[in-house]
Amino acid sequence: MTAPDQQKEQEHPVVLRLTDVVKVFPGVRALDGVQLEVRAGEVHCLLGQNGAGKSTLIKVLAGVHHADAGEVTWLGEPFAPPTPQAAMRAGIATIYQELDLVDDLSVAENAFLGHEPSRAGFTRRRVTASRTKEILGRLGHGEISPRRMVHSLPAAAKQVVSMARALSHDARLIVMDEPSAVLAHDEVANLFRIIRELTSHGIAVIYISHRLDEIREIGDRVTVLKDGRTTAANLPARTTPTKELVGRMTGRSIEYVFPPREGSPGDNPLLVVENLTRSGEFAEVSLTVRPGEIVGVAGLVGSGRSELLETIFGARRPDSGSVTVEGKTIRGVGGAVRAGMGMAPEERKSQALLLDEPVYKNMTLASFAKFARVGFTNTGGERAAAMRTADQLELRPRDVIRPIRTLSGGNQQKVVVGRWLLGGTRLLLLDEPTRGVDVGARAELYQVIRDLAASGVGVLLVSSEVPEVLGLADRVLVMREGRLIHEAPAGELEEDTVLNLVMAGSLLEGEPA
Amino acid sequence: MTTETAPAETRAGRERRRLDEGTIRNLGLVAVLVILVIIGIITRPELYSDPTWVRNNFLTILQQASAIGVVTVGMTFVIIGGGIDLSVGAIIALAAVWCTTVATQSFGAVGMIFTALAVGLGVGLVNGVLIAYGRLVPFIATLAMLVAARGLAAQISGKQTQISESSVINGIATTKIVGIPLLVIILAAVVAAGWVLLNRTTFGRRSVAVGGNPEAARLAGINVKRQTLLLYMLSGLCCGIAAIMLTSQATSAQAAMANLYELDAIAAAIIGGTLLSGGRGTIVGALFGVLVFSTITNLFAINNLSTEVQNMVKGGIIVAAVLVQQFRYQSLTQLFKR
Repeated sequence: MTAPDQQKEQEHPVVLRLTDVVKVFPGVRALDGVQLEVRAGEVHCLLGQNGAGKSTLIKVLAGVHHADAGEVTWLGEPFAPPTPQAAMRAGIATIYQELDLVDDLSVAENAFLGHEPSRAGFTRRRVTASRTKEILGRLGHGEISPRRMVHSLPAAAKQVVSMARALSHDARLIVMDEPSAVLAHDEVANLFRIIRELTSHGIAVIYISHRLDEIREIGDRVTVLKDGRTTAANLPARTTPTKELVGRMTGRSIEYVFPPREGSPGDNPLLVVENLTRSGEFAEVSLTVRPGEIVGVAGLVGSGRSELLETIFGARRPDSGSVTVEGKTIRGVGGAVRAGMGMAPEERKSQALLLDEPVYKNMTLASFAKFARVGFTNTGGERAAAMRTADQLELRPRDVIRPIRTLSGGNQQKVVVGRWLLGGTRLLLLDEPTRGVDVGARAELYQVIRDLAASGVGVLLVSSEVPEVLGLADRVLVMREGRLIHEAPAGELEEDTVLNLVMAGSLLEGEPA
Repeated sequence: MTTETAPAETRAGRERRRLDEGTIRNLGLVAVLVILVIIGIITRPELYSDPTWVRNNFLTILQQASAIGVVTVGMTFVIIGGGIDLSVGAIIALAAVWCTTVATQSFGAVGMIFTALAVGLGVGLVNGVLIAYGRLVPFIATLAMLVAARGLAAQISGKQTQISESSVINGIATTKIVGIPLLVIILAAVVAAGWVLLNRTTFGRRSVAVGGNPEAARLAGINVKRQTLLLYMLSGLCCGIAAIMLTSQATSAQAAMANLYELDAIAAAIIGGTLLSGGRGTIVGALFGVLVFSTITNLFAINNLSTEVQNMVKGGIIVAAVLVQQFRYQSLTQLFKR
């Protein structure tokens, strides 16, 4: 062992080590030989496609699942927490993507949920509040009042409360599952500041993200998972080439490229939105989408993008203004669908999917009535059509009878998009189509969107990832605080220009998410 | 269920497994029925040695299950659609009382049947409008209807038992077609129609979608409110049919009839595998649920045991069924989790 290594070993001892960990579910080897080594005070990034086993791995660490084989050592001792509470007590805290906070309890009550300071069965509210205040101060968020109700907080502050909960347990290792997914750009910087604060106190962080730029910025070392196996361990986060990381994840080398643009948009606008306003959400929005055109809306979370899309689709009632498709005014979702509109909403699971139902029924959710004859459903026809769409979308697995909950996020998203392909949709509204979607499926979705436009479908796309909007759209609209502030062809915009536009003034507003 | 090679599994194999989920549950309920019959044979061997008695007793069980079975079909639809209907017993009482008033009876059997069905549909319509368009919680809206409809039934009947003078109506309960009571045939027809409606029509698909994920259904262009309204009307219609069946069996109607039918129907649907949170359920399972309950009732009757014990046993069966359901659901979701 060389001298610097020895020094490192002393300063940052290995706290967690996984050797050949296997977890088998009936029918699936979710983990099939995972190696992982985490040192105190480091940010260890976990990279892998959806379905690579990241979720299972963190659930093993959190005591939700139990490893079937292999060794886990935590602080030098064999570690097999029987329950999530045991993992917490041992000092491993997990912050899930869907934050597990109780909305109707206060910040302090959430931070100490399950181990409230108490005396003879009575909670000690003042002690709880003061200890919470101290922890929040340590996180650099002393301005959050411990007595405030969690539901009134913006998403970023909720995440801080989640971390406060981890610290209330004296966690030595904090696992963060895609923490930036719910955050806007400027809030990510704040998250990173908190993570640095944690690691400087010797707390180890396992950081899961699909965004390579984040991993480069915050990560120390990277471990890559593929099909439940570790394919690369302890790569330096800053210097490992992107190609190599992606290659380890996929087993093939794909670049983050946008497919070439084919065809050109028609002349007469398909969708015309005029002075659309919903008070408190967005105001006087006017835009058009032509057939075969991809229009991108760039804006931060909370800028009113999703609300705008849902209002255009008729799912929310505008206070004023109008939406017309080829001259037909849209009122309500039913009318929008009949006019040839389709929407893939932001929250896949809660807004788009029937999780227990098979893939094909999810795919035909908007069109099964068209397959039906005098009210009788034609499941055979639906299955065949769903299978054709599955081929077109390269759905994996290519099986339309399987319940949709068994598919990865990217493939679930393909089904949601496929739903509208089946209905003969002419105008597609996409809200964050690649959120939580792995790199491979992402490229395929881009291809699908481009193909749709080439076939004459108009697309209105909302995304918080600026490169995605710039790479995919023909025309870009920049939205800030509920207003469209800029419009330009995608080719004439640079990423930092858009970011500047989007973020200017956003520090003044702290809208609840 | 513990195939080692799910990813490479053939589609047929997976389809078989999906079928299994419902079939296993129904087989479980059949097993419960068989056990109940065996208990009957052990406790009253002298009765079971007479083939004619066995046959008649079997038909008696089916006949006792007929009205509640019809109600349970409607209830199953409402629960699959994400709702609950606590007012079914009250709707039956109101429909039965209304169709046996002197004025209605003057229109003859057709008028009586029409009235019962119209009252059922009408009350279902009110429930549905309150829930779908007035945004009342189903539990509250139908609880209010439970109280109000029984009140109206008592008002109309003047708290008196109303005798049905119609020989056609009264004859429904005594008519047999090729040895099978007409009531049982009505039950079979409603169950068959319910099965087709749920599994083979757009109405059924919409019901599952609305109950499984109302937001997804709405954003897919399904009219969630109209579907909700129709589901409560369907339940009301089933209550109207049941009202005629019960009136025929008793040759009379009164405001207190069909008491606690809502609980029996909900319990039967639940032990038949309908998820109380909506989005999943089967008609065949619901029918088996009803048969389990009526077989227990019969078992207690032939042993001359009190209804108190019977109710305790029923409660135990409901708890056991839901426990089994939770266990099965958990193991299934874990199976597919990665």
